[in-house]
Amino acid sequence: MDRRSFVSLAAVGGGAVFVAGLPGCANLGGTDKTASANFYFVQLSDIHWGYKGPDNPDAAVTLGKAVATVNALDVQPDFIVFTGDLTHTTDDQAERRRRMTEFKRIVADLKVKDVRFMPGEHDASLDRGAAFIEHFGATHYTFNHRGVHFVVLDNVSDPGAKIGDEQLTWLAADLAKLDSAAPIVVLTHRPLFDLAPKWDWATRDGAKALEILMPFQNVTVFYGHIHQEHHHLTGHIAHHSAKSLIFPLPAPGSQEKRTPLPWDSAMPYKGLGFREVNANAQTATYGIREFAVVRA
Amino acid sequence: MSSLSRRAALQRFGAMIVAAGTTGLVAKGPRAQQQAGRIIEIEARRFRYTPNEIVVKRGEVVTLAFRALDFPHGFSLPDLNIRADLIPGQVVPVRIQPMHSGRFAFLCDNFCGEHHEEMSGTLIVET
Ligand SMILES: [Cu+2]
Repeated sequence: MDRRSFVSLAAVGGGAVFVAGLPGCANLGGTDKTASANFYFVQLSDIHWGYKGPDNPDAAVTLGKAVATVNALDVQPDFIVFTGDLTHTTDDQAERRRRMTEFKRIVADLKVKDVRFMPGEHDASLDRGAAFIEHFGATHYTFNHRGVHFVVLDNVSDPGAKIGDEQLTWLAADLAKLDSAAPIVVLTHRPLFDLAPKWDWATRDGAKALEILMPFQNVTVFYGHIHQEHHHLTGHIAHHSAKSLIFPLPAPGSQEKRTPLPWDSAMPYKGLGFREVNANAQTATYGIREFAVVRA
Repeated sequence: MSSLSRRAALQRFGAMIVAAGTTGLVAKGPRAQQQAGRIIEIEARRFRYTPNEIVVKRGEVVTLAFRALDFPHGFSLPDLNIRADLIPGQVVPVRIQPMHSGRFAFLCDNFCGEHHEEMSGTLIVET
């Protein structure tokens, strides 16, 4: 299957919808149709709370505006995920904790209370996740929602961008309990494949995770880190990165340095945003709809 | 360490240098493996390599001798499929023999702080 037939683009309500999944596979895995159903969740990523700089002079209010936009969605999502870099890194451990506390206070205003967090390298790499765990809990875990198995992978607590053998063993053991047709969604911060290694857009042992996931027929990965939307297939596994809430970065490998795209005061928040993911557990398909920080 | 004794220390490394490479960009002939070649000293500190431009001739055997000052930085040269951890207090030798000319980006791939993303450089291979 080539990428074009995989990602079909349709305009719905003014937003782009990527229908990602396996067309033609209408009935997968579970036969209990009452247990699994359509639902949607929201993905926000790369907030970098605490960042101060010219690439986002509105950094102190961008997260609050995004929270208000999510709260204004007509139908509220079943849950919300933050795929890492909640805070901008700092060497000062007290300041790191202050940033995490402030971040939590702001997102506490979300109407939806089922919120899942995972770290990015800015949150976790300098202290191997210690402050993150204090504020947000485990850095890798699983949960089930309406027939979909979600796996949160931590590829940032190791400063060398490794998942590590221990977590890989845990992943394999977790998946061993599943039917090979079960719908699986992986949430993580860095790309699990080599998107642009010269920009550190990779996971050093990501290939091992993909090898463990490969026998499963319905796997989709949602991640962050690269501050832009990007869609890619490794075999039958789809990978979708999300926009950030701080500053956009250039297309993977498109220039020598990965310098942020400059802030445009005529179009504030350009290139920033969050997404809805509309899941259909029966077909293991995921419709993606992108939103701007502020509703037009 | 005087520059002379440092040089001597670096020469000793020549015999145990590792260098990596599974791509056609790096030759692994027995003769090349025994040679350290020209030694280029590189200092790694947050958030910069000095020098951050390395110029070599195509096919030349070169040993990059890294000294990390303040953090276990990384050195990754993805186009040559080479990486190393730069342990502070050690000279970490990385032998390369690039077989293709061009500009190849290298970077720190161990997250080292606020400007980690800027810690990078270029290997320039001339014909
Ligand atoms: Cu570094």
